[in-house]
Amino acid sequence: MSFLALEPIRVLLYLVGICAFVGGNAAYLVLAERKGAGRIQRRPGPNEAGWAGILQPLADGIKLLAKQVMVPPGTDALLFRAAPLMVMAPPLMCLATIPFGDTVVARNLNIGLLFVFSFGSINVMALMLGGWASRNKYSIISAARVVSQNVAYEIPMLLVVITLLMITGTMDLNEIIKQQAGWFWNWNVLKIWVNPLMPVTFVIFFTCMLAETNRAPFDMAEAESELVAGAFTEYGGMGFGVFFMAEYANIVVGCCLATILFFGGWQSPFGALSDGLWGPIWFLGKTYALIFTVIWIRWTFPRTQFYSLLNLSWKILIPLSLFTLLLTGAMMKLPLLFK
Amino acid sequence: MSLKSAVRETLTGFKSLLTGMRITAREATKPIITVQYPHETLKMPDRFRGHVQLILDPETGKSRCTACGLCVRACPSDCLEVDGIKREGEKKKSVTEYKLDFTKCSLCGSCVEACPSDAIEYSKAYNVVSRDRDDFAKMDLVKDLDAKAKVWAETHPTPPAAPAPVAATPGSPTPATSAPAPAVATPGSSTPAKAAPAPVAGRAEAGTPGSSNPATPPAPAAANSPTPSSSIANAAASTGAAAGATPSPQPESKTT
Ligand code: SF4
Ligand code: SF4
Repeated sequence: MSFLALEPIRVLLYLVGICAFVGGNAAYLVLAERKGAGRIQRRPGPNEAGWAGILQPLADGIKLLAKQVMVPPGTDALLFRAAPLMVMAPPLMCLATIPFGDTVVARNLNIGLLFVFSFGSINVMALMLGGWASRNKYSIISAARVVSQNVAYEIPMLLVVITLLMITGTMDLNEIIKQQAGWFWNWNVLKIWVNPLMPVTFVIFFTCMLAETNRAPFDMAEAESELVAGAFTEYGGMGFGVFFMAEYANIVVGCCLATILFFGGWQSPFGALSDGLWGPIWFLGKTYALIFTVIWIRWTFPRTQFYSLLNLSWKILIPLSLFTLLLTGAMMKLPLLFK
Repeated sequence: MSLKSAVRETLTGFKSLLTGMRITAREATKPIITVQYPHETLKMPDRFRGHVQLILDPETGKSRCTACGLCVRACPSDCLEVDGIKREGEKKKSVTEYKLDFTKCSLCGSCVEACPSDAIEYSKAYNVVSRDRDDFAKMDLVKDLDAKAKVWAETHPTPPAAPAPVAATPGSPTPATSAPAPAVATPGSSTPAKAAPAPVAGRAEAGTPGSSNPATPPAPAAANSPTPSSSIANAAASTGAAAGATPSPQPESKTT
């Protein structure tokens, strides 16, 4: 036990655990996505490999691994190879600071929120590099779209996060969760006495998260009906597979963050039973509920047009998030004036 | 865009998104409606036109074709070849060779319409596949018929005498529609595993109401029992109703 308590060993174990968590999630969320799509379209989804298709990710993985990773002539070989790694590494690093339970966290940083957001935005750069290095017009269009989309949606997202920071007063993710202890109305999403627009704030955050992770209806980076496969057009085999996995890893990170910031992280909804093993259970339960909402949204809405995507951000989300920011500030400071 | 209309647009837009999500959530809880193709197959509608095939007369177990050659003459694509002989003691000729060149057939239906003896029909085979071109260029319809006739002979062991209409009257209130169905399951055809029990059930159904013979209570045995009069009466009743002699749910696959 003392051996396991050693700091390097502990970190190593967490690292392995996080890699396994991300890999497993990426593999099985693909299956969940396809199953969910099937159910919504009233078909069973993949159901041949193993019982009810349970081995489908394995079959897909073997298929992708068996393919040659081609570097097409004329590409920037170094960037072309680096892009999949750069897209995969940030979500792994972000998960290192995510507290799955009261004590279940690889590295509890007191600037966890900043850390997650700064690494989260590398994703954009990786997609851009991938698109740029591919030397393919579809990829470059996609890369340009990714950048303009992410710039547009980073702003309302960060404004929302600033609003939350004003309320919580800390960037320590575990501290943010601890402030939401007690019954579920203490969760940030329902703290309407702090700011009556708190649920709206969550909707803004969630929308931005969908856009940042390039999920339908904002999947402009992939847009297969217009851009072949967008930034991934020239990637084959596991290069494509890593991009694909990174998309799901980013969704996991985004949903973890939404759970922490708005739904009380590992806190139970009724103030008890949130210590020990219960913490991770609540945390993962909430996170997966959000992830399934993301899948549900994807198979409900068609892809938006690009200009309406930007309109949504610049004309609606940014003014709205600015307004909530001001409102929160006013509601926090005005009572002090009348003391 | 005034502030008021912007707010209203946002709210109505958000509401429509929620409506969409409610619809997909409702659809997701409904049962699956797709056919799991290799495991399940659709029953082809009556008007489905598969390749031409000879009808097995459920009364005699033979073809009704008299090798008159009218279908050959009617065919605009020249894809039929018929030959027949006159057998001893029979009034008309009977078919010995019936070749269809399915690669040329346009499924126009002239042959089916031209036949005076009602001896050919469209099959319901839709997943016809082969590695050999000759399987389609020289489709031997007599051979297919013989395979069916063999099954027919197994289910009708005694050569029927004149069909006795007396037996049909009291015993069979509802003529089972699928009496000749077992005849379709040719030995060579790859019948889907799930669909296989269906003809057996149909056979049991056909046998039990008609057989006034208490000595044969087990269902499958009833059809094979040497009381052919009832089952033949059923079969005769069904041919009038069902389209031709093959009201089978499963396709006969034309494979090598
Ligand atoms: S369906 Fe038409 S083309 Fe085909 S065999 Fe009959 S007559 Fe000839
Ligand atoms: S199928 Fe009909 S038309 Fe053709 S040869 Fe036989 S009896 Fe004559």
